[in-house]
Amino acid sequence: MGARAIADLAPSQASPRRLGRDAVLGYLWVTPALLLLGTLVAYPFLLALYWSLTSKTAGVAGTFVGLDNFIYLLGDRIFRKTLGNTAVFTVASVSVKLVIGMIAALVLDQAFRGRNLARGLFLLPWIVPTSLSALAWLWIYDDMFGVISRLGMDLGVLRTPIPFLADSLLAMLAIIVVNVWRGVSFFAISFLAGMQSIAGELYEAAAIDGAGAGRRFWHITLPGLRAVMAVATLFSVIWTFSDFTIVHVVTRGGPANSTHLLATLAYQTAIIGGKVGEGLAVSSFMFPFLLVIIFLQLHFLRRSED
Amino acid sequence: MTRTRGPALLGRTVWLYAPLLLLMSFTLFPFWWMLATSLKPDRELYSLQASPLLVKTVTFDHYAALFTEMPFLIWVRNSLVVSFTATLVSLVIGALAGYSLARLRFRGATTLGTIIFVAYLVPTTVLFLPLAYVVHWLGLYNTPFALMVTYPTFLVPFCSWFLMGYFKTIPREIEECAMVDGCTRAGALWRIVVPLATPGILSAAIFAFTFSWNEFIYALTFLQAPAYKTIPVGVIGQVATGEVFFWGKLMAAAVLGSVPIALIYSAVSGQFAAGLTSGAVKA
Repeated sequence: MGARAIADLAPSQASPRRLGRDAVLGYLWVTPALLLLGTLVAYPFLLALYWSLTSKTAGVAGTFVGLDNFIYLLGDRIFRKTLGNTAVFTVASVSVKLVIGMIAALVLDQAFRGRNLARGLFLLPWIVPTSLSALAWLWIYDDMFGVISRLGMDLGVLRTPIPFLADSLLAMLAIIVVNVWRGVSFFAISFLAGMQSIAGELYEAAAIDGAGAGRRFWHITLPGLRAVMAVATLFSVIWTFSDFTIVHVVTRGGPANSTHLLATLAYQTAIIGGKVGEGLAVSSFMFPFLLVIIFLQLHFLRRSED
Repeated sequence: MTRTRGPALLGRTVWLYAPLLLLMSFTLFPFWWMLATSLKPDRELYSLQASPLLVKTVTFDHYAALFTEMPFLIWVRNSLVVSFTATLVSLVIGALAGYSLARLRFRGATTLGTIIFVAYLVPTTVLFLPLAYVVHWLGLYNTPFALMVTYPTFLVPFCSWFLMGYFKTIPREIEECAMVDGCTRAGALWRIVVPLATPGILSAAIFAFTFSWNEFIYALTFLQAPAYKTIPVGVIGQVATGEVFFWGKLMAAAVLGSVPIALIYSAVSGQFAAGLTSGAVKA
């Protein structure tokens, strides 16, 4: 008993026996998580990779067809459009969110009455169910009674309602706006948290040296937020290029399949169209991007742990 | 920052008040539109004379219709049951994994941590198709268990990662003292660490609940029966009914589906983003 107590008192120099005991418990306690992730994440992930190489349809096993699904897709007009849409949607949404998020963080970082309330309200779009807020946007964009068209006409700016969802370019813009609205607070709050960890002395020293607000932002705030910006951007890229809900609710991929993203086209092909192999091939196009981003995220994770 | 008057007011207007007003209008406008729509009678809602932004007559008819014309209460019940169960299961599994990774020394711990982090990054929209088959094979397709079992796939990585960070902030010495006094490792976790980590566990619970409550694509794909639909899928399903003048009801449903989340979440707002990327952002 005495020896055990002494061993326990010096945990940093763990005895081999102690390490052994920890190890058994460690493996035991991560097992439920690993079992779950193995059966419901890793297994379906590999299944998807395999099936995307078959002619599988709903209820039929299908045969191995190699890269046929992918080759077929690359020749398909709607798929090529979707691939382009996903790129445009992701790049446009993420860059606008990054810029507005930074502006919002700089605003919400200042001292003013009601700041906590403002921060809380600013986060609302991020936390409420996206399907329901996207529904509100669908109604905002309505071409008969939608508020934008109504206000524009009431103010005499517009003569006819804007058919947001009947024009492919406007529809694309419409879903980007919803994505920015929903996701910008994530950037702002990440930046705000990052700003708190920048040492105040840096700003004081810079002020004494006569650096203006612009220079302080450029030389202190921005470099200080570099890691946060990288990680927040990577998270946002994943969430944006894999978006489903906003498109499903606002445009349903229309007009004429012109605003599909990979996830909504995969849903339409596999679930509504019943062509499972082809649908899986559509979503498989997300894998390479995902792998690159995961690789970058792990790189930042390692750096922050060192 | 010091309080200033006079010419500085101009600066404050340009750098603070004006951008703040713009940001807040953009953020809150859809919510106002949601709320205003839900409170207006149809004749005002679909009149080209009445101002769209104001509410002249307040009516609760649309809210009442949710309970008489739509199975809204059933959706609420389903959302609650699924979210509570998925959250509870994920907290237990996540706390055990998070504690092991934070405290216990065993070979491969770092790799396991990485695996869990990677699982957190895989979007549900990449997995929903093959997962639908796995759910089917498990005999859970079109039952509420389909969601209770699949939501932990994104909640467990989140909870493990979030709680691992939280457990690391608790001084090791406290549980070691307990173990010297004869407490087992499991006893120390349950009686010492869990009570000390209550704020962290509570935050993780609220985030997990929010993710479950808001989840859309799994609930859309794994369930068909109207009796099992959750709020998001139930409400969105109404759009397809082809009715034209249904916006009052839909917006009332959107308000009621959003308010509970806004309320429980307001308790932990500050930690939210930090929690989402904890470990990764905390440089």
